[in-house]
Amino acid sequence: MADIYKALADGTRRALLDELVERDEQTLFELCSRLAMKHDLTPTRQAVSQHLDVLESAGLVTVERRGRYKLHTIDTTPLAEIAERWPTRKAGT
Amino acid sequence: MKLQTISIFVDDQQQALDFYAGTLGFEVTADVPLGEHRWLTVRLGDSDAATEVSLEPKGHPAVAPFTDALAADGIPWCVLGVDDIDAEHQRLTALGVTFTQPPTDVGPVIVAVLDDTCGNLLQLAQRTG
Repeated sequence: MADIYKALADGTRRALLDELVERDEQTLFELCSRLAMKHDLTPTRQAVSQHLDVLESAGLVTVERRGRYKLHTIDTTPLAEIAERWPTRKAGT
Repeated sequence: MKLQTISIFVDDQQQALDFYAGTLGFEVTADVPLGEHRWLTVRLGDSDAATEVSLEPKGHPAVAPFTDALAADGIPWCVLGVDDIDAEHQRLTALGVTFTQPPTDVGPVIVAVLDDTCGNLLQLAQRTG
């Protein structure tokens, strides 16, 4: 399993998560359109697919095959690890 | 010269006819028996200038892997222009049509993607500019 820190280290992957927060169950086609129109990002479809594989491997994205198409949904559960590892603390307290 | 006929590969011609003519509202322009299959064409509107769509059986072995791969990634095969995408989305959803993408504003157009029930995705587009 890829770790969440590696998954979050890339700007395109963060943009994919931003778009998936807006709507569950998106196809690769929709995600590529959103990256292009809203983030001015135009990686190849294959590159986006590889980014989604990393996110899926880190548990941040789930992929469901429904009918003939694959739908991607965000799962933010693994992000809790960050707050557990470094709970909010202000300097000097 | 004009674009006379363009093909959409379909799993089953009768199912395709039901969807394109029955659900979407295309008009049948030819339905000629040809052995196992039919020469089956439809068009939008009743203008002779409108491009015909041939609902083509997936006979060639290269076709199914091609159309399956496009559908898996959610890529629509062609675009249908509409004046009011929200109304069409509502109307078609009520008829049981599955959308892989609801109307989404992407700047110059609002787009949506639907399943044609016979192996393809189609995009609806409403120009906003």
